Amino acid sequence: MNRIIDLVKRQPIWIFVFICVVFFSFSSPYFFDIRNFSNILVQASTIGLIALGMTFVMINGNIDLSVGATLALAASLAVGLQPQLGITGAVLVGLLSGIVIGALNGIIAWKTGVDAFIVTLGAMIGVRGLVFIYTGEQAFYAHDLAYSDFGASSLFGMPVLALIFICLTIIAHLVLKYTIHGRNVFAVGGNRVAAKEAGIRVGPHMLLNFILIGFLAALSGILLSTQMGASTPNLGRNYELWTITAVVLGGTRLTGGFGSIIGTLGGVLAIAILRNGMNLLQVPSFYVLIILGSILIIVLFIDKRFAEPQGVGA
Amino acid sequence: MLQFFGKHGISVAFVLCVVIFSLSTQKFLSTDNFLTVVMQASIIGTIALGVTFVVIGGNLDLSVGSLLSFATVLVVDLHDKVGPGTAILLMFVFTLLIGSINGYLIGYLRLNSLIVTLGMLSAIQGITLVYSGGKNVDISDQTNTWFAFFGREALFGVPVPAIIFIVLGIILQIVLLKTGFGRKIFAIGGNATASLFSGLRRNRLVFSTYLLSAFTTGCAALILGSRVMGSQNNVGEGYELLVLAGVILGGTSLLGGSGSIARTVIGVLILAMIQNGLLLLGFPYYTQWLVTWVVIIVAVWLDIAAKRGKLFSTY
Repeated sequence: MNRIIDLVKRQPIWIFVFICVVFFSFSSPYFFDIRNFSNILVQASTIGLIALGMTFVMINGNIDLSVGATLALAASLAVGLQPQLGITGAVLVGLLSGIVIGALNGIIAWKTGVDAFIVTLGAMIGVRGLVFIYTGEQAFYAHDLAYSDFGASSLFGMPVLALIFICLTIIAHLVLKYTIHGRNVFAVGGNRVAAKEAGIRVGPHMLLNFILIGFLAALSGILLSTQMGASTPNLGRNYELWTITAVVLGGTRLTGGFGSIIGTLGGVLAIAILRNGMNLLQVPSFYVLIILGSILIIVLFIDKRFAEPQGVGA
Repeated sequence: MLQFFGKHGISVAFVLCVVIFSLSTQKFLSTDNFLTVVMQASIIGTIALGVTFVVIGGNLDLSVGSLLSFATVLVVDLHDKVGPGTAILLMFVFTLLIGSINGYLIGYLRLNSLIVTLGMLSAIQGITLVYSGGKNVDISDQTNTWFAFFGREALFGVPVPAIIFIVLGIILQIVLLKTGFGRKIFAIGGNATASLFSGLRRNRLVFSTYLLSAFTTGCAALILGSRVMGSQNNVGEGYELLVLAGVILGGTSLLGGSGSIARTVIGVLILAMIQNGLLLLGFPYYTQWLVTWVVIIVAVWLDIAAKRGKLFSTY
């Protein structure tokens, strides 16, 4: 019994994922199927890729609200520039735009000392404005079918998008767990002043993580646009909120210093499985919103009751 | 120099905005245009008044955008079914009910406000869609209803939305500065532990700030519903962050314990002026968002730099 409670305390979200899989397997004949599972992974990859970067940023004690807008900018550039630059060139420019936005956020947060919440809130509004100005409020279509073929292609029987997501998840996990940079992520998030005293260059360290999330948001946007063969200026609206939801579901604390990629993967899968399963059961998507919101609060409650130190000021 | 800008930066920015836009276009500096600016600011501004209390108390409210959608859909839909008076009453009852859920979870259970209101953002969106069945709602007879008063009419030449915004702003400024309640909100935001030991009921105070933000959101829904006489399910989407932008621009610290209603009003008006001025100058509509980006960061930067005594941080 104690071990179960322990597991619930540490990774409550994976228990939820497990319950969801069992429930949907019994209630829908189409759910427990390898094709549906790879489908879920593809659906999860958009939020999932950003969530990997968000885990780094949030363990750092920061947050990035600009990812949805960055995603739209990268997708618009990657599709919109294809007539001039070809697919490779346009995709590279798209990825570069994500790196630039991330670097901009990081440098501003580092040099000015303004809270990342405010820095990226500004960027979220500004970058979205940039997207609308660049696109002229129009959707772009990729005329070269090779672009959308990539989004639908498979390798070893797995969709390429799912494979990319899995590979990057493994890499992110290894980096966070076994490298110096990964250790510093926790140190800076746990106690910024102490980390600085210990010789960690806090500013450049945080900058690197902002560049990472900018790049991942751009990559996610480009992969999303290959799925549709198009990009729209409103792409990625509210994705920052979904990403934060996934990361927090996975047990990463907003206060920093605590979290894991495995937890984040659980959070991402929970959202994707819930959406997929409810869809198969033909439940209107409205209820998914209510359930996800409630689960987010319940996970927070469990975390507060069982994992945090209790005290007068806490 | 740095100290001066830190303290009066927002007023300087306000004057600067007025001067720059007045010099560059003749259409800017007129009573009519000023009223237009206040009216454009009224929905976001009214919500920002309540959110200012929440933020001074040391919390955040990201659910106001969804709540605005919910309240607007509810009041517009009920208008034809039960009449405007009852519709408004019911709208406020349910909006305050949702506000009290926020307040209970954050005030009494002490859960992190950002995540709770993030969860509520999505839950309220779902509730709105379930209620409306995903369809847009509208008022069938748009000319013969006194409901039009809140968004479409004017008193003594001043549009009613502007009056609601300004009068609520004055009342809440007085509440914040001149009552014990207001002082206690500053206390719990400034130092939660100290205020607890001084015998302040933090639970109840935090709870009431969320009721207040739900109330001002309800007022904003009256303006919006009455102006449009209809509503989409996601009409308030993204408003929470624009509201926060106004509050932050007004110099209210996200850490809690400092801030003012008057400055929030100026912050929201600056955002509306940027929108209005750039449009008058013929810039594309979304240029205002780029300028907003710069203005928010510079404003907060100067504020922090003044407190730090140095322009750049030491990390």
